[in-house]
Amino acid sequence: MILSRKWLNEFVDGVSLDEIHDRDFAEAMTISGSKVEVTRDLGAEIKNVVVGRVLAMERHPDSDHMWTCQIDTGKGAPVQIVTGAQNVKTGDLVPVALDDSWLPGGVHITAGLLRGVASNGMLCSLKELGLTAHDFPYAIEDGIFILQEPCKPGDNIVPVIGCDDHTVEFEITPNRPDCLSVIGLAREASATFRKPLRLHEPVVKGSGGSVMDLLDVEITDPVLCPRYTARMVRNVKIAPSPEWMREHLRASGVRPINNIVDITNYVMLEYGQPMHAFDFSCVKGGKLIVRTAREGEVIQTLDGNDRQLTPSMLCICDTEKPVAVAGVMGGANSEIVGDTAMVVFESANFNGVSIRRTATALGMRTDASGRYEKGLDPMNTYLGVQRACELVEQLGCGEVLDGIVDVIAADKAPVTVKLEPDKINALLGTDIPEADMRVMLEWLGFTLDGSTILVPSWRSDVEHYSDIAEEIARMYGYGKIPVTLMRGLTTQGGLTEHQKAENHCGVLCRSMGYSEIMTYSFISPSYYDKIRLSADSTLRKSITILNPLGEDTSIMRTTAIPSMLEILARNYSYRNPAAQLYEMATVYRPVPGSDLADERVVLTLGAYGDEADFFTLKGALEAILGGMNVKNVTFTAKSDLPTFHPGRCAEIGVGGTTLGILGQVHPLTADNYGMGCPVYAAQLDFSALLDLRAPEALYQALPRFPSVTRDIAVVCDHAIPVATLEDCIARGAQGLLKEVKLFDIYTGLPIPAGKKSVAFSLKLRADDRTLTDTEADADVKSVLALLEKELGAVLR
Amino acid sequence: MREKLEQIRLEAINAFQQTKEASGLEAMRVKYLGKKGELTAVLKQMGTLSAEERPVMGQLANEVRAALTSALAKQQKLIEAAALDARLKEETLDVTIPGKRPELGHKHPMSIVLDEVKDVFIGMGFEVAEGPEIELADYNFTRLNTPEGHPAREWSDTFYLKEDSSLLLRTQTSPMQIRVMENRTPPIRMIAPGRVYRKDEVDATHSPMFHQIEGLVVDKGITMADLKGTLNEVICALYGKETKTRFRPHHFPFTEPSCEVDMQCHACGGKGCRVCKGEGWIEVLGAGMVHPKVLEGCGIDTDLYSGFAFGIGVERLVLRRFSITDMRLIFENDVRFLSQF
Repeated sequence: MILSRKWLNEFVDGVSLDEIHDRDFAEAMTISGSKVEVTRDLGAEIKNVVVGRVLAMERHPDSDHMWTCQIDTGKGAPVQIVTGAQNVKTGDLVPVALDDSWLPGGVHITAGLLRGVASNGMLCSLKELGLTAHDFPYAIEDGIFILQEPCKPGDNIVPVIGCDDHTVEFEITPNRPDCLSVIGLAREASATFRKPLRLHEPVVKGSGGSVMDLLDVEITDPVLCPRYTARMVRNVKIAPSPEWMREHLRASGVRPINNIVDITNYVMLEYGQPMHAFDFSCVKGGKLIVRTAREGEVIQTLDGNDRQLTPSMLCICDTEKPVAVAGVMGGANSEIVGDTAMVVFESANFNGVSIRRTATALGMRTDASGRYEKGLDPMNTYLGVQRACELVEQLGCGEVLDGIVDVIAADKAPVTVKLEPDKINALLGTDIPEADMRVMLEWLGFTLDGSTILVPSWRSDVEHYSDIAEEIARMYGYGKIPVTLMRGLTTQGGLTEHQKAENHCGVLCRSMGYSEIMTYSFISPSYYDKIRLSADSTLRKSITILNPLGEDTSIMRTTAIPSMLEILARNYSYRNPAAQLYEMATVYRPVPGSDLADERVVLTLGAYGDEADFFTLKGALEAILGGMNVKNVTFTAKSDLPTFHPGRCAEIGVGGTTLGILGQVHPLTADNYGMGCPVYAAQLDFSALLDLRAPEALYQALPRFPSVTRDIAVVCDHAIPVATLEDCIARGAQGLLKEVKLFDIYTGLPIPAGKKSVAFSLKLRADDRTLTDTEADADVKSVLALLEKELGAVLR
Repeated sequence: MREKLEQIRLEAINAFQQTKEASGLEAMRVKYLGKKGELTAVLKQMGTLSAEERPVMGQLANEVRAALTSALAKQQKLIEAAALDARLKEETLDVTIPGKRPELGHKHPMSIVLDEVKDVFIGMGFEVAEGPEIELADYNFTRLNTPEGHPAREWSDTFYLKEDSSLLLRTQTSPMQIRVMENRTPPIRMIAPGRVYRKDEVDATHSPMFHQIEGLVVDKGITMADLKGTLNEVICALYGKETKTRFRPHHFPFTEPSCEVDMQCHACGGKGCRVCKGEGWIEVLGAGMVHPKVLEGCGIDTDLYSGFAFGIGVERLVLRRFSITDMRLIFENDVRFLSQF
């Protein structure tokens, strides 16, 4: 909402520009609840431009179209200015930009020579002053602005063209549609600065006749249209509206059109009540019916577009057809045109939600619909139509018929709230006397009857003592409310075990060289194909967003692998040589029979680059799991996941519970992401990981006797996994084996093809004595025997 | 014999002192003190001496041996010290060569800021709650005093998961107020950070997914003055003790009175500049006293209890904290970006 401060002055004394500067005005209004976005001085860009009278004109000696003019600028000798315009005559009053003057857009005018003739300034057109023919309908666009305003040579041009105004742009919260008007803001300014509000009751003289004889109004749905008020004007004379009206409209950001249209806009801005004017001759049957549209009805709106109406849309209709989309835009069929003789002024109240949905569905948010959708005061329709008719008489643009059509379909009882000063002070932490509270409320237009507060009709947002508390608080000043710290019971705050574990896991990942990423929770369904997820995978069962921004963000991910690969691929395409990334990602899995999803955290790791390989990622993962106190982790070869390389993929588990997956991304998957290098990824179920953490370790006595180390190398089939050999070794020992460590795998001569040599270092120890070689050798022998028996692995 | 012994003493000590190598010194030891050494050779002749001379010479011989042994040890120490010096000199490193540094990963700037904010609140006795992002419209809107027909509930603004508009991606962390109040009795002090979703196209200042931190305090006698005190503390903890704040009226459906909290622009000190768009103030968060309807809807007796709530947009904190100019960078995850933090 843009407020003209000149217009405001018509309703509140003592808040003029001379009395309160923009910055103070903005600060005070913001603090009292009407947030100011910006203030503007409409004349700020125009400097050293005055009114001048053309005293004499002669042809430029060296040009066939330019004139050398002598201009009276109110003081001293006439100023010589050369102009190329052809609409200037001797005696005209014109805007003169003097030497060293400024015009809108930062244009600097200085004295100079035009084809050898001195020109000490410039005569200005409308455009050069930042105006259009809408602002001054008597002036032409392509020529010098010949002034018809009351002014004399030497006058500063700024007030002459009505630019001596400042505007204040407010951000009005949706609960205060009453503040989308000059009067609404005047009331706030009056209460804020404690300056009296001057409202006047519009007075309409009337010209005889009776609107009742000509017009009938019927409301079919009182919920969608609680009130419809109308008056009529005959012998309408369409003309430009007077300058003061055009100035106010222009300052408020509305383009002047003609007197009737300008009056509707003026009343909307002043009272916050949208108005509509119909050509009565286009209303068939002398009847306006407020009803929802019928299937298939079409209306051409004032903007020239044909609008397909649906049965949820409220319309203003005559006996045959819609003539306006209620609260949104009028129809072209009843538009006010040059020969309109009889006008109906509509001032109605409509249901906000219905108007908003209609405006959205038709794709046209208008000033009117923007106001209606916030829910307007039904009491305002009467004042609106009266003010419009008062202006009609004041401007002399028609004769107002006697009588008002005012159909009240749904009446709203006035709201009352009890004034409870103690409760309010208790809520605010203040000590404001009751008497002060009463004064504050009265400034805002509330009426008090004992301890009963009568809420004015325009304040539909106030219905509860807490609302009254806010009124008191903002008038008192939020800044004056004391600053205290909470008393009462102390609470034990902090992170949950799960949150602490997530933080710790993050530390571990970063210490392994992996950087944290954050990705969108929604993905494209095609990403499941991109990671080559099998067609029957349960992970394809995702929760779908019914109104997504686009296909790419249309389902909630059930796996975070696509997000990780997406980011790796992006880094790859940015030619970053390597990336090691992790994410604590949430995945969303549908739960049968429940609306809410299973939202669980997964840990994903991903890497590419020179240093990345399967065992680097596996090692990092092992270290992270170790750091999380997850023990006895197993890695089982997994060859049936199309996302991963069939020979380089492992399922991660602990004691039979699957924890996640790790592997090199299948070259075809990598290909889908445009990555031409090996890519590695892992995903672990974080909740499962937490459940599998080992109990906190207890101290175990340090060994008192030395251990004995024995290295063995066995030759076995190439296909036998190291884990199987290790398991066999562990079972083969007779109780002295404390540690098995792989230290070499060798293939090639002299090892036969299809075989490999695997070397382990075994650490043996007894807790109660120093081992003898014989004892150690016996254990190793037993190990070797089992290796040979179970796996055909023989000592090399 | 006496002369012989004295001569050996002189000669040997001199020889020891001349020797600079450990191996040479060993040879000298053998030469003078070894089984076939010169001293031993002299001592072998003791038998030829008279009974009177024998003890005298014996004593002298022992003195010479002791002197030689001591001189040898001394020289040995000197040689070892010189050898150590030489070795250390040899081992000198160019300490300016870069270390063998394991590359550490980086925390996402969003996490850095989230953790900072959490720490501040935890220090004030707040717990950290988490809840569903796929949420019931009832919790996200209705029970937060945002009834059907409210513009925020339109399909143009909110992502819906069911045709009847009953299930959605939460548009705010505020439903956590309801979830916590439902499951707990006061006193409540909690924050609920998390992802929220709105139908905004991606640009430099918008993202369809972003982060908020919800806060809720419910207890006996909680006042708006407490709200001011608490949020002032938080802002000072995040932006420095001297930070000035401004509380101004605003509107949220689920708080009354409501406010927005601004802090004085750090770039211009309140004079107005590009950073604060000339206002001198930067909006930090929204807050208010929990609407009695919301409390009552969760079965909390408003005659006994009151509370305040607040919501902080985290992305804006992150952008401001690190002077990041484009929100898209946060979700782009370029390693050149991530490694800056």
